[in-house]
Amino acid sequence: MGVLVLKIILAFWMALVTIGAFVYAPPALGLGDLARIIFFHVPLAWVSVLAYLVSMIYSIRYLKKGMMVDDRKAALNAEIGLIFTVLATITGSIFARFTWGMFWNWDPRESSIFILLLIYCAYFVLRSAVEDDTRRARMASVFSIIAFISVPFLVFIIPRVYATLHPDPIISVESGFQMDPKMFQVFMASLVGFTGLYAWIANIVSRLSAVAPGTEGEENV
Amino acid sequence: MGRIFCTSLRGVWALVKKDLVDELRTRYAITSMGLFALTTLVMVSFSTGIFALDAGLHASFLWIIVFFSAMSALARSFIKEEEKGTASTLRLSASPEIIFTGKLLYNVILLLGLIVVVFPFYLFLMNLPPGGNYALVVVFLIIGSACLAGATTILAAMVSRAGAKNSLLPVLAFPVLLPVLLTAIRGTSIALAGGKAGGVSSELTFLFSYLVIIVTASLLLFPFVWED
Repeated sequence: MGVLVLKIILAFWMALVTIGAFVYAPPALGLGDLARIIFFHVPLAWVSVLAYLVSMIYSIRYLKKGMMVDDRKAALNAEIGLIFTVLATITGSIFARFTWGMFWNWDPRESSIFILLLIYCAYFVLRSAVEDDTRRARMASVFSIIAFISVPFLVFIIPRVYATLHPDPIISVESGFQMDPKMFQVFMASLVGFTGLYAWIANIVSRLSAVAPGTEGEENV
Repeated sequence: MGRIFCTSLRGVWALVKKDLVDELRTRYAITSMGLFALTTLVMVSFSTGIFALDAGLHASFLWIIVFFSAMSALARSFIKEEEKGTASTLRLSASPEIIFTGKLLYNVILLLGLIVVVFPFYLFLMNLPPGGNYALVVVFLIIGSACLAGATTILAAMVSRAGAKNSLLPVLAFPVLLPVLLTAIRGTSIALAGGKAGGVSSELTFLFSYLVIIVTASLLLFPFVWED
């Protein structure tokens, strides 16, 4: 019952976030109504990195314990992460079109999310290339860890080293928080809402994969 | 402690020597890599050599040639062990860490050899803008190819374990190496335009820290790839 209540709360929460994003939050200085996209774009980007992080943690767990279920969860989280990354790329590209004039112009942020997309496409290519189950799990886990190592370089270092046009509302050290309090409330609420949504999707997908035919149960390797 | 270090060092050296002797006998990797580099270089030179290109374009061409030539050779480093059936013997005769270090060093030597061939040819065939800081370009080529080898060695081992699919390596290596390539291209283009070492310190730091992190992680993860 507790879970059901949580789901209902999440549904209302997301509805409130959507309404708040368009009605409650004031338009930003300079960007105007275009700035409203941060209530969706930034949480999507946050969830995509989070899903990859969870995927890597499951990969490490697989390498330590050798349980097939961990490998399957790592793959599922990477899939969810890939979807969220695609959505973050699309929303970011819409923003780019209406502020910088082009859908795509290889801004450091755009390059880094493009590389993130490529990394996880390569992850699925690798998974499909290996026949043997155990070996696939091992190779995919190692690749996931190797690939995740470059994520901090992409997300935090490249945009610091190279000049970017990308607005930097949450992880900027120099400017700190310079958001309108109302915008900030909606923004944080949206982050929480999207994280909850991700947790729910991950839960559904992992339960589904446990009962779907063709997947073996837990086994020791 | 000191003795263990010395024995491992000797093991690494034996492996590098074995690979080099093997390579000099067959010359498969050297010739294929060299000819690949030459073909690409001639194509680039043929189509753009008459134009005065700026430093950024030269840096991109140089790194594209180095990256794809390197991929054709580095994939061989573990696949050849599987093909000849020597992988199991290798697995028995040395610890995974020694094998990884040996293969890494061999790959670095291979890439340095590639650069020794490609860079002079590039200078010869393309008319580079005058006033470039060539010492700094060489520094970028060396540290960049060390990064290439560092990330590719474990991936090559994975490819050899994934049924030796040759074309898989560029697919896996490209996204992992893109941060390195972007940074190396940027640094090289600044150096070609005559920049000083102080102007590219952030690029050098980036490449160096990437190298240290990726080699450490590969060393830790290699036993999972290598052993059954």
